[in-house]
Amino acid sequence: MRRAVLIAVPYFWLLALFLIPFAVVFKISLSDIALAIPPYTPTAKDGIWTMLSQLDFENFVFLTQDDLYWKAYVSSLQIALISTVLTLLVGYPMAYAMARAPEQWRPTLLMLVILPFWTSFLIRVYAWVGILSGEGFLNQFLLWIGIIDAPLTILNTNIAVYIGIVYTYLPFMILPIYSALDRLDGSLIEAAEDLGCSRIRAFWLVTIPLSRNGIIAGCFLVFIPALGEFVIPSLLGGSGTLMIGKVLFEEFFSNRDWPVASAVAVILLLILIIPIVLFQRNEQKQVEDGS
Amino acid sequence: MKPTMLSTVAAIALAGAAAAEDVRVYNWSDYIDEELLTKFEEETGINLIYDVFDSNEVLETKMLAGSSGYDVVVPTGTFLQRQIAAGVFQPLDTSQLPNLENMWDVIEERTATYDPDNAYSINYMWGTTGLGVNTGKVTEILGEDAPIGSLSLIFDPANMEKLAACGVHFLDAPTEMIPAALTYAGLPSDSKDQDDLAKAEEVIMAVRPYIQKFHSSEYINALANGDICVAFGWSGDILQARDRAAEAENGVDIAYTAPTEGALMWFDQMAIPADAPNPEGAHAFLNFIMDAQNMAQASNYVYYANGNAASKEFLLEDVIGDTAIYPDEAALENLYTVTPWGARDQRNLTRTWTKIKSGT
Repeated sequence: MRRAVLIAVPYFWLLALFLIPFAVVFKISLSDIALAIPPYTPTAKDGIWTMLSQLDFENFVFLTQDDLYWKAYVSSLQIALISTVLTLLVGYPMAYAMARAPEQWRPTLLMLVILPFWTSFLIRVYAWVGILSGEGFLNQFLLWIGIIDAPLTILNTNIAVYIGIVYTYLPFMILPIYSALDRLDGSLIEAAEDLGCSRIRAFWLVTIPLSRNGIIAGCFLVFIPALGEFVIPSLLGGSGTLMIGKVLFEEFFSNRDWPVASAVAVILLLILIIPIVLFQRNEQKQVEDGS
Repeated sequence: MKPTMLSTVAAIALAGAAAAEDVRVYNWSDYIDEELLTKFEEETGINLIYDVFDSNEVLETKMLAGSSGYDVVVPTGTFLQRQIAAGVFQPLDTSQLPNLENMWDVIEERTATYDPDNAYSINYMWGTTGLGVNTGKVTEILGEDAPIGSLSLIFDPANMEKLAACGVHFLDAPTEMIPAALTYAGLPSDSKDQDDLAKAEEVIMAVRPYIQKFHSSEYINALANGDICVAFGWSGDILQARDRAAEAENGVDIAYTAPTEGALMWFDQMAIPADAPNPEGAHAFLNFIMDAQNMAQASNYVYYANGNAASKEFLLEDVIGDTAIYPDEAALENLYTVTPWGARDQRNLTRTWTKIKSGT
């Protein structure tokens, strides 16, 4: 009995915070646009059966007919993947340095990683506008030290989007990797070196595999929000930056087409769920194999 | 300790009482003299909560979602018409609006196209969409006979190629830019026809490589600082840029012209949502705004014309006397209005706009 109650609590949260909202979005994606409050039809007011009988997959068919959506999904996947790799390249050495730092420094270093969260995310992204713009700090500095003659165009390009994503999600990469490296048993590396491994080989053969779970968790924490990112591409990206978050915004706000916007969101969710499920399967298999 | 406790309780109770007398206004950004907000609170004792937005689309989405919590909102005429049809607003109670007599019949006639009999809304400001030009730089690039007041300045690739280096901004608002492109192509500016839309797209695509940015508010500062040469934008915004440049004495001269081929005339209307928590307070706010002196103070601050005839005598000379703000008879002839876009047309329009902006 007690066990059932204990299990019921997380399932209740899953139901309340994930399944019910998803069902609402899914239902809207099967509806039609209307000039009313709310701007779609049918609604539960029409009676449950009438409502269910009027639902159809028209909006999903529509998404396949215009290559805008396809291109936006692909381009978002590409931007999210590249940014995840970049974040890993920047984040791993930082996490490594933190884990290797003297014991008494670590809380301070950890604090410094978390510190940016004390300021609004929006303000921090806006700050990058000031740094990257034509007359921004970065260009001023580069001009001053004489590396460039004319200001670089970084703002309103995809490069600015990558910078924004790497900056914003860096803590989400560092923290899980740090916690994995922190737990790493130093004697394993010593053993590897005793057995004739060079330091670099020991790093590749011991440290990286043992921090694998941290790397994977960090990559998921960066990749998933980056895929649907809206604020960063709209503030730092140019009009040529095509991302599904922006398309979703346009559908919702400019076209007032909640049903199509919901269909876009449902597909985005499916794109995210499939790799996560595959990953979970793989993990479970490994655990079973290990035991 | 005890007295402090008591006064805290009293303060909470008072705050609770005040909460019942809140009026929540949702207006465009940079669109009022903020002194007026304090004045309203002082005169009526109502606590005013003033929020701002920067696009009709954002406002409309909030309205259609329902229960926005706002008592007064300010959509543009075309959007207002569609929202009235969706049942978003409540009819005005004219008995609570004695200042209605101040309104200007010429403008009321025009706004009646969107809101028959002006039953749901009052005009706040109106203006045109046109060309903001850094006259010094543009004449330097294109010569003394540069077509400063013509749409060919921004839609003729020959002109735009030369202006590109100096910077040209377009509004990120298809409902403004497409009618302008249609006008330039000699087509009906209010056309919703697919083929006409394709021609408007061609017009903009021909100059697309030379457009630095599509944005609906950045051009004010960019023009004023001399960062860009030309912006296609809203009249009052460009006039604000002109004044900022003049105040900064940075040698930048900005001029606004409504295009000679025809300019879009728009009306921002104040209306009360059907589910407004405090409709009496909303009426009080509308009535306050319609006061001749208050309305004049707002116009003198934002450089837009208003729909209030009685306010004219309180307007500054550089507002009422400026034909860019209050066009004369001949210029009025040259202004056109547009009607709302239906759901299917709107989708075509947004799709065309995405294609223009991103090339996809």
